[in-house]
Amino acid sequence: MSTAAANDLSIASRGERHSLNADALKRSERGEQVRLLALTLPALLLVGIVALAPIGWLSGLSFVGPNGLTLVNYQRLIHPSYELTLITTFQLAFLVTALCLILGYPLAYLASQMSSRGASLVLLCVLFPFWTSLLVRTYAWLVILQRRGLVNTWLRDLGVIDEPLRLVHNFTGTAIGMTHIMLPFMVLPLYAAMKNISPDYMRAASNLGASPIRAFWNVFVPLSRPGIFAGLIIVFVLSLGFYVTPALLGGGRVMMWSMQIERSIAVYSDWGAASALGVVLLVITMGILWLVSRLASIGSFMERA
Amino acid sequence: MRTLSDSAVGERPAAAASLPVTVCKLTKRYGAFTALKDVDLAIRSGEFLTLLGPSGSGKTTLLMVLAGFVRPDAGSVAFGEREVVLLPPHKRDIGMVFQNYALFPHMSVAGNLAYPLKLRGHGKQDIADRVAQALALVQLEGYGERSVDQLSGGQRQRVALARAVIFEPRILLMDEPLSALDKNLRERMQLEIRRLHDRLGLTTVYVTHDQREALTMSDRIAVMNHGQILQVDRPRDLYDRPSTRFIAEFIGETHCIPIEIQNGEASLFGRALRLATPLATTASAQALVLRPERLQLLSADKPTHDLNTIDGTVRQHVFQGDSVVTFVSLPDGHDIAVRHPYGNDSEHLQPGTAVRVGIAPRDTIVVPAENATATASGRA
Repeated sequence: MSTAAANDLSIASRGERHSLNADALKRSERGEQVRLLALTLPALLLVGIVALAPIGWLSGLSFVGPNGLTLVNYQRLIHPSYELTLITTFQLAFLVTALCLILGYPLAYLASQMSSRGASLVLLCVLFPFWTSLLVRTYAWLVILQRRGLVNTWLRDLGVIDEPLRLVHNFTGTAIGMTHIMLPFMVLPLYAAMKNISPDYMRAASNLGASPIRAFWNVFVPLSRPGIFAGLIIVFVLSLGFYVTPALLGGGRVMMWSMQIERSIAVYSDWGAASALGVVLLVITMGILWLVSRLASIGSFMERA
Repeated sequence: MRTLSDSAVGERPAAAASLPVTVCKLTKRYGAFTALKDVDLAIRSGEFLTLLGPSGSGKTTLLMVLAGFVRPDAGSVAFGEREVVLLPPHKRDIGMVFQNYALFPHMSVAGNLAYPLKLRGHGKQDIADRVAQALALVQLEGYGERSVDQLSGGQRQRVALARAVIFEPRILLMDEPLSALDKNLRERMQLEIRRLHDRLGLTTVYVTHDQREALTMSDRIAVMNHGQILQVDRPRDLYDRPSTRFIAEFIGETHCIPIEIQNGEASLFGRALRLATPLATTASAQALVLRPERLQLLSADKPTHDLNTIDGTVRQHVFQGDSVVTFVSLPDGHDIAVRHPYGNDSEHLQPGTAVRVGIAPRDTIVVPAENATATASGRA
């Protein structure tokens, strides 16, 4: 009894000024935050210096002409050739994104349903091209698709076609090449999302009377939506700004926005024009992402109702 | 809190014709591991049957075979007269509550409940009516528009239950549905589930590893181990007459001590045991099943009447609120536990005091000991 009382007394006297240890605990918490910030700082600086500052500088540049502030760089963009480029760029990005989803979804589904060994094998096949250079892969498509390439030779030998198909140096070839390059960016987020779907959901659906196909559409696809959106956004945004593959496989006939940027600098040395092109692409991309995120939230709201 | 039985529910067939389930010679192997070994089980129509066993005993595999998620290697499963072993799960028309509920997170509570009805082509108004009835059945009126992740564990449990019965299946399966809930809620839900069962009259197969849960809820319990059903019996019979040492130790707080068998007579430490029923077998390796609440501490000088007695020394008292458990060391090193109500003066016996433990002949249970090397430690 007496020791307990003594204990109470000493606690009371120590805590009488303020709540017990409150200051020390607050200091400790603040210290932890400072250490966390210190760890984050290098990356924050890197992003700030390497990414944000140039973007700001570039967009500033687009408003500067020989005689001070001007909108001339933007006025010049109101021209049919730029309009055509913009349409081509978006057509290609939409098409490639759609193809990646159509091809990638079954692939990711397969990998997500396999044993972990099978899944790593499938993912390895998806990722394998990543380890070869982008340029090499693009030239490989050139070899496969060109007039006397593998595909045309085989098709002619089989008697399917008489004249070689025009598969490259045009929109088709660019779309094929870009879809191949972009596929992993679709499959990986899809796979991650699908792996998170507990098999119990599909079991529950089938227990409630859903055939495998209905269970897939009613339960699996909606639950994989985070992966679908992530994949769509990554592939779409990357496709919008893609340069190497369209430049090589398009053979100059497919004009992408990124090529206009390159031409402004390499051919005309016009940094203002290039900056304006960059800013326009950035703004349109962000607008689309905003729209998609709005659609996604409305979609999930509708589903709840 | 209102009970299920007095909650207002619309017209509903009191017991939609429930079906018996007959399992015959069911075998399932995973590589070298045998999950089910020639399992036979006859579940009566409208019965609440619990599959009880430790993990890996095959109880969940058996449930998955009934649901159709696991294809057995051999055997037969019949719902009523109909063989279903080849029927895919979505054609079996049985309700199921999953361990983690498996409520669809992309649908509202009402959406979850409506899903099986939509699949069966019910009309919009009919679906709305039935969803409202089902919500009333589990006392969640007005929760239809909530999303699943806005619900507490107990509410999710109820929604899962409602979804499993809303399409009026004739058989209901439950896979450890209460294991994620805290103790108080679990005990309340045990009673609620049992009342719901009585109300709907469904044949229910319930899987658990919690023996107390099984004893509380079931009409009959099938105890499983190593892919086999060891005993199927009513809870009281299982408790009073376990057929093997495994069952005796799995159910209740049991301590088993080996006894000597000579000329068909059982004796413990040289003292003959009085039994209410004759020994089931004359096997030489048998064990005495001691349950703490059936034992009493006797002071050494008291007459023992017609009790069986065991001499030992007090080792420790453990206070448990409503009762006190006294551990008594026996001469051969085994410990046994004696439970007595709190406030009993037995607690004044100091550790080291010699005591005599008494047990009535009708509580003296002898089972064949499967493994002589097993320790006498009980299982909770």
